Amino acid sequence: MAKEKIKVLIAKPGLDGHDRGAKVIARGLIEAGMEVVYTGLRNTPEDIVRAAIQEDVDVIGMSILSGAHNHLFKSVMELLKKENFEDVLVIAGGIIPEEDHEYLTELGIDGIFTPGTPIQKIVDFIEERAK
Amino acid sequence: MMQSLQEMIEGIKAGEEKHIARAISLIENDRDKGFALLKELYGSAEISYLVGITGPPGSGKSTLTDKIVLHWRKQGLKVAIIAIDPTSQFSGGALLGDRIRMDNVAADKGVFIRSMGTRGTLGGLNPAIYDTVLLLSYAGYDYILIETVGVGQNEVDIVDLADTTLVVTVPEAGDDIQTFKAGLMEVGDIFVLNKSDRPSVIKMELTLEQMVRLTHKEGEKWTIPIVKTTATENKGIAELVEKINDHKEYLQNDGQLKENRHEVMRRQLINLMEERVLAKIIKPIENSEHFSEKLKAIRDLSEDPYTAAEELLKNRLPE
Repeated sequence: MAKEKIKVLIAKPGLDGHDRGAKVIARGLIEAGMEVVYTGLRNTPEDIVRAAIQEDVDVIGMSILSGAHNHLFKSVMELLKKENFEDVLVIAGGIIPEEDHEYLTELGIDGIFTPGTPIQKIVDFIEERAK
Repeated sequence: MMQSLQEMIEGIKAGEEKHIARAISLIENDRDKGFALLKELYGSAEISYLVGITGPPGSGKSTLTDKIVLHWRKQGLKVAIIAIDPTSQFSGGALLGDRIRMDNVAADKGVFIRSMGTRGTLGGLNPAIYDTVLLLSYAGYDYILIETVGVGQNEVDIVDLADTTLVVTVPEAGDDIQTFKAGLMEVGDIFVLNKSDRPSVIKMELTLEQMVRLTHKEGEKWTIPIVKTTATENKGIAELVEKINDHKEYLQNDGQLKENRHEVMRRQLINLMEERVLAKIIKPIENSEHFSEKLKAIRDLSEDPYTAAEELLKNRLPE
């Protein structure tokens, strides 16, 4: 059988309405042969975790530009733990200042990719770490 | 990490989403394990009523799905949605974006949504889709709704699995009706004219009516109804659900339901055999030295592909 297909959830938690970046990432991952579930704007952490479980994704990618990342990512990580759905790779993107990276990594976010990251780098990261 | 088969089976029967979701992944990716599961579950419940919804991109299928499901939920029914989007022939990737328009039901515990790529084996129907329908039936969903873009044969095959198929169109589709006719219209049990608040709706309705009259065969008991909806405003949804019920009743009373499902079973059995033949016979040949040699010979014109195919399958098939 061919290489197992990687399934990714791309979500926009919180209230900011800019998803150009998320869509560009989604496109890049699809071109790399992945299946990407995109859930659109303004997802709650509960929406995201439920979608991840129902879709049984290998990766959750979240993009935030509003500055609420510390708060929202924390909720998502706590819910994943509560639902016992932790064998999933979690990556974050958007406007996330350097000084918050350590905190997010401690929360369990596996990778943080800020603007300017080549898509190939994200593809490689996922292919290496997912499953 | 992998739960035991028994644990998973119990989880599925109890309707636990995590088990259901993981089982679908097995069905999609790890066929043998998926089969082991389905063998155990087979016959443990009746197959749920299956509604297909298809139509051109942008016709409002996902929004309609959202509204129909809301309606069913008010009646206390549990619903599963399988949202299918095309897999890229080039990269093998797929954008599964139907959840975006299903936000009214996405948070509802009585609704399970799963997105799938068409993937496509041998250019035919991805057999995992029907297996998923069975699995969701065993998980206790009363209705299963399959949504897919009606663009190619694959998609038509998918909705053809359904007991009741809704073909969605919009007033602007006017001139596209020609392309629409051939594949899609033939599978429709109910035509949905969505976005019917638009001015050109009368013309489109007439065109559809004409088509229904032209294609209606004498003696056929079911006449395809045309239901006008404006999904975003929840208009026409109650009537649409009523028509679905009418069609269900018609199929049940007429013995058609049994017959249709029998036909689906027959096709699925053939699909499963094809899948095995492909995996156990054709794939190994494709990966062999012999295959590469033959391919080179064909390219160099020293051999023809017809003889090559016969020779590659020699001793593998009865003469």
